[in-house]
Amino acid sequence: MSRDEIFEKIQTVLDDALGVDEDEVTPNASLTADLGAESIDFLDIVFRIEKTFDIKIPQGELFPEGLTENPEWVADGNLTDEGLSMLKERMGHVNFDAIENGDRNVSKIADSITVDSLVNFVEMKLGS
Amino acid sequence: MRWLWIDSIIEHEPESRLVAIKNISLSEDHLHDYFVNGHVVAPFSLLIEGMAQTAGILVGSVSRFKEKVILAKIAHANLDRDVTAGDCVRFDATIERLDKAGASTTGVIDRRVAGGDAWERVGTIELMFSHIDNNMAGVEFPEDNFVFSDNFKMVLEQAGLASLAEEVKEEQCLG
Repeated sequence: MSRDEIFEKIQTVLDDALGVDEDEVTPNASLTADLGAESIDFLDIVFRIEKTFDIKIPQGELFPEGLTENPEWVADGNLTDEGLSMLKERMGHVNFDAIENGDRNVSKIADSITVDSLVNFVEMKLGS
Repeated sequence: MRWLWIDSIIEHEPESRLVAIKNISLSEDHLHDYFVNGHVVAPFSLLIEGMAQTAGILVGSVSRFKEKVILAKIAHANLDRDVTAGDCVRFDATIERLDKAGASTTGVIDRRVAGGDAWERVGTIELMFSHIDNNMAGVEFPEDNFVFSDNFKMVLEQAGLASLAEEVKEEQCLG
């Protein structure tokens, strides 16, 4: 499946899960900041991507989880260098440049997850 | 579950499907405040609640009610026709996907055609449930399973499914 085909299917997934228009679903749109996704929407998106692409997504693989439970990763509400390294290693489908070069607050992590992140993830899963 | 919006469970396929019915009655006070074109109708929000209770019991039954299951999202809800006093409504819920964090369900609402055994489609509803002890935000909740209360257990007992809830009661006593 080509990257364009994956993108088109992701547009439909987000249209169904978030009630947004497909033209709002641009590659750089942030799921939370631009498309209004909330925590339960992430689970909805995972389920819909699994069904659409016939793949299995273990919990925590597509979206980060349990970060705040590890003091080595988060201190005083901010992502540590160790936490950032861990995220970059585990979640190669997400571009964390904005976090690395700007606000390290954990509440900003979700903003880094874009439509492109989902396309990257599906491309990787289908490729493997 | 403080306000039951289903009268009885009529079918249960473990970990897959649950069907419940509700008889709409003029003795329900809220009906007297809700009219469409001069006719009393059941508010669609309460039909969604009926589906949420049906699907919520189904999702809870998979973990033998050890998980606290709460309605987290109404993904889609379509209503094709109104329901009124005297109607028997059927909520038919199916688990689409379930994991540690939660579940998604699909459901159809039908009503019995007056004077016969046929059913006609009222609407379709897709819901998301969260297992709140495993929520992504990491928020902690009381150990007591406050979601599934005694009146809900009564519905299970009437449907011959009391054993599902009994295990929870025993574990809570031991705990």
